[in-house]
Amino acid sequence: MSGSDPRSIHLHIISSLVENKPGVLFRITNLFRARSFNIESITVGTTEQPDLSRMTITTKIDEYTLDQLLKQLRKLIDVVEVIELDVPNTVYRELALIKMHAVDPVTKMEITNYASIFRANILDIGKKSITVEITGTPDKIDAFKNLIDHYGIIKMARTGVSALPRGD
Amino acid sequence: MTQMSGAKALISSLEKEGVEIAFGLPGGANLPIYDALVEADFRHILVRHEQSAAHMADGYARVKRKAGVCFATSGPGATNLITGIATAYADSSPLIAVTGQVPLMMIGKDAFQETDIIGVANPCTKYAFQPRTAIEIPEVVKKSFYIAESGRPGPVLIDIPKDVQQSEAEIFFPDLIKVRGYNPIVDPDLTNVGKAVQLLRSAQRPIIMAGGGVILSGAFSELQALAELLMAPVVTTFKGKGAFPENHPLAMGPIGMHGHPEANKIILEADLIVAVGARFSDRSVGRFDEFGKGMNIIHMDIDPAEIGKNKSVDIAIVGDVKSSLRSMVKMLSKDIIKKESDNEWLKRRRELIDYFLETLKDYSREITAKKSLKKLREILPVESIVTTEVGQCQMWASLHFDVLSPGTFFSSTGLGTMGFGFPASIGAKAAKPEVPVVDIAGDGSFNMTENALAVSVLDKLPVIVFLLNNYMLGMVAQWQRTFYDRRYMGVHQRNCPDYVKIAEAYGATGIRVGSMTELEKALKYAVRSEVATVIDIPIDPEEDVYPFVAPGTGLKDMITGA
Repeated sequence: MSGSDPRSIHLHIISSLVENKPGVLFRITNLFRARSFNIESITVGTTEQPDLSRMTITTKIDEYTLDQLLKQLRKLIDVVEVIELDVPNTVYRELALIKMHAVDPVTKMEITNYASIFRANILDIGKKSITVEITGTPDKIDAFKNLIDHYGIIKMARTGVSALPRGD
Repeated sequence: MTQMSGAKALISSLEKEGVEIAFGLPGGANLPIYDALVEADFRHILVRHEQSAAHMADGYARVKRKAGVCFATSGPGATNLITGIATAYADSSPLIAVTGQVPLMMIGKDAFQETDIIGVANPCTKYAFQPRTAIEIPEVVKKSFYIAESGRPGPVLIDIPKDVQQSEAEIFFPDLIKVRGYNPIVDPDLTNVGKAVQLLRSAQRPIIMAGGGVILSGAFSELQALAELLMAPVVTTFKGKGAFPENHPLAMGPIGMHGHPEANKIILEADLIVAVGARFSDRSVGRFDEFGKGMNIIHMDIDPAEIGKNKSVDIAIVGDVKSSLRSMVKMLSKDIIKKESDNEWLKRRRELIDYFLETLKDYSREITAKKSLKKLREILPVESIVTTEVGQCQMWASLHFDVLSPGTFFSSTGLGTMGFGFPASIGAKAAKPEVPVVDIAGDGSFNMTENALAVSVLDKLPVIVFLLNNYMLGMVAQWQRTFYDRRYMGVHQRNCPDYVKIAEAYGATGIRVGSMTELEKALKYAVRSEVATVIDIPIDPEEDVYPFVAPGTGLKDMITGA
């Protein structure tokens, strides 16, 4: 890294290909627990190869811990590839479902407007609530959440980040 | 392709790996394996507790430098193995543990003797397999040996449900396997070796710190060549004890919490440390932040994850240390002239050794741990194998028993498992029956697995238990004396049991000695004896292990004793 303090904490996105078989997620999360690595989010899903899954991990840690985390991950036999993505050259997205209080028509209208500004979708409207689906970077989702917080969030589910490097 | 049961496929696979001996204990969930063992062409040793089976396989593996095999049933059988598996993991010893499991249909139903042993074993194995069909077994076994023995060695567990052992299938034995997520680095990056050589050329006071990796890779002659080329003193970690002959003119012995005082001293005065197959453990280097301050450090290790884990280093060379040392020696010998043997740095080495020889006072009694161990060295043939228990006996062995033939000293150094030494010595004897094998023991530790005497006697694997007996959990007692104002709690063994009677009860020989002459006589007898001998050596419970680097302090804070 370019002379920055190795102890300063930054967001890192780690992308890894792992064997698509039972027990792999357990081995990886158990490693994080055993070595006290704190994880912001972890997502796992299938890839273009049926026997491999892609696991995307976001974490706010210092350079020393990052180095250790990468090395320990690579040591796991079910982990086939591990790379740290360079955040500026990475496309990354998260999806969130947010169900919030919306009883009167004015509130419903306001939320609908905000949603359209954030390119979020209204998934469901009930008598007393609205459920919104929003996709974007974690920052964008945080911003939307802060905006609508005062209506009262009933439930929220965030997926964690999925990421791929930009095209060359 | 041959039609056979999963259990038979397992035994055939083990035979194909060249297994000569396995240690284990049967139970409900591994009965089909034991049935197939009847026709196996390798030996099975029945233990009296599964922990011993794992330690025996570990001891065998350390001597042979290939995987040892142990068996246990599901549930408690499997969990009893875990201490031994964790011991092997901490000391990077190749081990194949085969456990029985409840039938597939019963998994997850909290069945009788069901344990999620894959989950339990995960943090202390390199990998854990659970084949769910018989046809997978040969590939799983082949992968297990490959993973256990290659790279940084370690234990692998194979958990086989009972119905998978029983089921018949067309079995195919593969010759080649590939594990795509596992590619251990063997040969070093020569650019880094070149950079290290540059540093070595300019070093005035180089020191070599040899770790367990040297023993695991058998890089003894390569290490010696490097030391002699640089005329550099060689210290070892405790795990690396015996990586370098301890009577060599450059040898300084182990560093660390109970390291040799001259070794702990000289490493602080070096300007360059070459750490070979070592991991900078807290027991070896004390405080990470203090160790190696202002010095250059070259770190050679096969495990990339060890680089920078405890200590940031100047140059890292990842690879099998045998290969790395060979490249380094080759590059160095091209243009370096052998350094003189009477330079200032080596004079300083001599000075430190002489200083501590003069100043350190011996504990004065007719029989002491130190005197006994010196006597053991005197009587024991050079090529003998020594294991140790854990505690004071282990640290005295480190301080006072010189290992002269590389790779003949084995101890539970990482996990510090009491009860390791005795079963490990039996495994070592199985690996090398032609040499005497001694377990340097303390009473507390020997107590934990002493029922392995049955194996030693019945299976004709005679070893010598060199029992430094203070009827105390001596190391704990020493810490209570030192750090807790002599407030003893839970350390007195109160003269129980009688170890001579214990030995005799199992059909072994028990000898209690009362003087150094009697000890000498007993040792001479035991070395030639064809049955296990327990030599009960009563020592004073107040005898401490010195020098001592207290936990959380640096090597410079070494206490040399009364």
